[in-house]
Amino acid sequence: MESNALSIDFAGLNLPNPTMLASGIMGYSAESFHRIAKSGAGAVVTKSVGSQPRTGYANPTVVQAESGIINAMGLPNPGIDVFTEEIKFSKTILRVPIIVSVFGYSAEDYAAVAKKAADAGADAVELNVSCPHVKQTGAEIGQSPKLLAEIVQQVKAAINKPLIVKLSPNVTDITVLAQAAVEAGADALTAVNTLRAIAIDAETQMPILANKKGGLSGACMKPVALRCVYDIADQYEVPIIGCGGVSNWRDAVEFLLAGASAVQIGTAVADDIEVFQSITKGVENYLRKKNARSVKDIVGLAHRK
Amino acid sequence: MLDLPTANNQLRTTQLVQVRTESPTVKTFMFTDRLCSKAKPGQFLMLWIPGIDEIPLSIMDTSNGVISVTVKAVGDATRHLHNLAPGATVGVRGPFGNSFTESRGRVLLVGGGTGTAPLLFLAKQLASKTDRLSFVEGAKTASELLFVKEVGGICQEKNIITTTEDGTAGLQCLVTQPLASLLDKEKFDMIYVCGPEIMVKRIFELTEARKLPIEASLERLMRCGIGLCGSCVIGKYRVCRDGPVFNAAQLREMKDELGISKIGFDGSRIPF
Ligand SMILES: Cc1cc2nc3c(=O)[nH]c(=O)nc-3n(C[C@H](O)[C@H](O)[C@H](O)COP(=O)(O)OP(=O)(O)OC[C@H]3O[C@@H](n4cnc5c(N)ncnc54)[C@H](O)[C@@H]3O)c2cc1C
Ligand SMILES: Cc1cc2nc3c(=O)[nH]c(=O)nc-3n(C[C@H](O)[C@H](O)[C@H](O)COP(=O)(O)O)c2cc1C
Ligand code: FES
Repeated sequence: MESNALSIDFAGLNLPNPTMLASGIMGYSAESFHRIAKSGAGAVVTKSVGSQPRTGYANPTVVQAESGIINAMGLPNPGIDVFTEEIKFSKTILRVPIIVSVFGYSAEDYAAVAKKAADAGADAVELNVSCPHVKQTGAEIGQSPKLLAEIVQQVKAAINKPLIVKLSPNVTDITVLAQAAVEAGADALTAVNTLRAIAIDAETQMPILANKKGGLSGACMKPVALRCVYDIADQYEVPIIGCGGVSNWRDAVEFLLAGASAVQIGTAVADDIEVFQSITKGVENYLRKKNARSVKDIVGLAHRK
Repeated sequence: MLDLPTANNQLRTTQLVQVRTESPTVKTFMFTDRLCSKAKPGQFLMLWIPGIDEIPLSIMDTSNGVISVTVKAVGDATRHLHNLAPGATVGVRGPFGNSFTESRGRVLLVGGGTGTAPLLFLAKQLASKTDRLSFVEGAKTASELLFVKEVGGICQEKNIITTTEDGTAGLQCLVTQPLASLLDKEKFDMIYVCGPEIMVKRIFELTEARKLPIEASLERLMRCGIGLCGSCVIGKYRVCRDGPVFNAAQLREMKDELGISKIGFDGSRIPF
């Protein structure tokens, strides 16, 4: 099979394969992105960056759950002005696209950060409007179609790079938010961010995370994320990145069949940083076995049946 | 190498069974934990002090299934921990990270401050397997020299060097001082180091100049402890997952950052 069976054109980005590093995973330094790319990722997404530095919440910020983890980092990030240097440095050593994840407290804030990221060389911008555990941002925005549309419009006007909107699964009907984002100008969607969750310790009778509530990720959330992708693909023709619980090639294939054109991988990096490579290999074998010429050929197939 | 999938290494609570004062600023805390009882020297755990913080600590001992961590009071979390008495509940995740490799022949251990703790764990394991075990330990002052008795019970007296900055015990100098001549005078098959990063950096320069093998344990800000959040990254490595123990080849790869800069709480690179 030709090796370009795996390469995809995603919203104008050329990816050697459909796997990406999810935002917030080893997301601060050019050296980390380089290592992830060498481990086989077709693109990398940075930690979400805002206009100002944030130190995040106190520990515990991460707690293991059944087949997954709950995190409440509190968006620690150096702020876009410092991070532009990291973007520039990354561009000099990376051969795969770097997508800068952006968060803000207002539409203007989002647009300003996105513009700085794009100007520094980001190949695309992903909006984190779904981060469920920081007050004043995240959940509120990602749950309101009106706010979401306003932000997407302003960011779209500020940059001329592909704009990806990462949706929250913590909504009644994700297609409403998907529609708002697409109509406001989003070039693609990532579905989804973490599920709101809590861990309570029976002995001390208290929530474990310093922020009490956090976001659930990993294998346990896959069926939910898969359903989100399926729902959106059922109604809209928009490139989708599936995200949530992908840890092997079969998971990735399931997301492709549900309608995603690419997948992002986060939590599974803890067990194996080479996960990108093994997923790509597995997808390649799958395509061969199913006589599919390219990844594109299997996107959304589950909707026919 | 993580022996257990992260999903299985859930936080569990346990009670302190004993607290021992090691120095005016250092205490050892003991508790039982099934998973950590299988830990190897060099591995660490994340200790939850309920309602306060969760911090990374090297495992100092696992004898009889009792886990020991040796902690210096330096800030909020460690001071709270120092106030806990036997019976207090703490949470544990881990063991995480890699471990020191087991060398034979002539071995040198160099510890600074609480860095002595994981080296004592290692020394106990290596004692019967090596031809010669030497220990160099440094502290600010005599009362802060850790595990003098324990080290004395494992290494021969002629193979122990202690240094203090104020000269109240051993040689009056930094721990790095007597090393250059020791490394020139005697042959070593492996040098293990744990302590402040500036110390690690100096010792690495000494071993590099002499082309000697070294394994050093590093410390970085840790949050997840399982290789996800990126807080502990140095060069291309995650201290929590690829380390905390690194060999000469890896240390060489991170020489632009070793003892020079680290990632701070906000993810920016800050100088030491
Ligand atoms: C792998 C590893 C093993 C360690 N083993 C030991 C040990 O055996 N004994 C011991 O006394 N100390 C050990 N430490 C250091 C210990 O974790 C810190 O001293 C402790 O976290 C300080 O917390 P604090 O709230 O008391 O101090 P703070 O006032 O919060 O901080 C004091 C300093 O400690 C460091 N620190 C704070 N929080 C963290 C964190 N989450 N992760 C890493 N460093 C932090 C920072 O450099 C900070 O400047 C280890 C650190 C690492 C990374
Ligand atoms: C430690 C950690 C930090 C994260 N930080 C961010 C972030 O800054 N921005 C964001 O959009 N998503 C963040 N996420 C969510 C992931 O990008 C991803 O959406 C989620 O983890 C589900 O994918 P997974 O199951 O493959 O991990 C974070 C996840 C984890 C585990
Ligand atoms: S502490 Fe999170 S990656 Fe090491």
